[in-house]
Amino acid sequence: MPHDHHDDDFHHHGMSPSGHPYRADDDHPLTYWQTMEIAMRELLTEKAILTPAEIAAQIDAMDSREPANGAAVVARAWMDPEFKSRLLANASDASREMGFDIGPMHLIALENTADTHNVIVCTLCSCYPRNLLGLPPDWYKSRSYRSRVVKEPRKVLAEFGLSLPKGTTLRIHDSTADMRYIVLPARPKGTDGWSAEDLATLVTRDSMIGVGVPKSPS
Amino acid sequence: MGGQQTDAELPEDHDFALWEKRVDALMVLCSTKGYFTVDGLRRAIEDMGEEAFETMSYYERWVAAVNQNMIEADAYTLAELGERMEQIKARGPTYGEATDG
Repeated sequence: MPHDHHDDDFHHHGMSPSGHPYRADDDHPLTYWQTMEIAMRELLTEKAILTPAEIAAQIDAMDSREPANGAAVVARAWMDPEFKSRLLANASDASREMGFDIGPMHLIALENTADTHNVIVCTLCSCYPRNLLGLPPDWYKSRSYRSRVVKEPRKVLAEFGLSLPKGTTLRIHDSTADMRYIVLPARPKGTDGWSAEDLATLVTRDSMIGVGVPKSPS
Repeated sequence: MGGQQTDAELPEDHDFALWEKRVDALMVLCSTKGYFTVDGLRRAIEDMGEEAFETMSYYERWVAAVNQNMIEADAYTLAELGERMEQIKARGPTYGEATDG
């Protein structure tokens, strides 16, 4: 990084002089919106709408969700054709079968094949299969991704390092508040006889969003 | 990871601050309890207009939208909120100090 920038310049881009994004922490000056969060939480607790324990448990549950949940579902679908049929018919029910809490949302699994590649986005906000993948990455919520992936998907995928063969059909799926998608990537070649646990290690978060493909064996 | 090395077009991932996780939890819990729907949140966020996307962070927009929906649902009043926010500001200059327990 060059070091001759003005501080305002960095600030404008949300980057520190060392090139890292600024991070809010507890010891920074209290902001208006943080004050609102504290006030809401206190009022809702006092009015017995929520308990502090419920809030803590919800944060715990959210922190414990991770792409490994989705990877386990994908690996089972690769191993078990009957499970895969159920997953493609109703991904919410199939995921619940594996013990994952999907909530009331309607989850749809999109199968990548030799000639079709699927990508998910939420052009309106940030709807994401968070029950299987955890919270969405920042770039998924960015206007750049949301606006460009539907307009110039191949260029966006190339930025993620994914170049698809020319003849591949590319489908971009726009999530809604009540309907979420997850991509079922194609099983990598050279994984015959692998266990579900080993297969799951190849399944990346990005491959279940569609901006990547699973890792290759070896 | 995808997107991060390229022209800074797509922002980096980062861990969420505690207050952001709390906003997320309030959103999930209050909607689960039937105070509003995801559509209600979206409506509030879209009503903020284009400028909110330039000037507010993601969870700042969410906290404003959850608050608006909770006031509309009569969970508390705008006056109660304003009064409490004044009390909180008087507790101390940082989030940690202003968070009472």
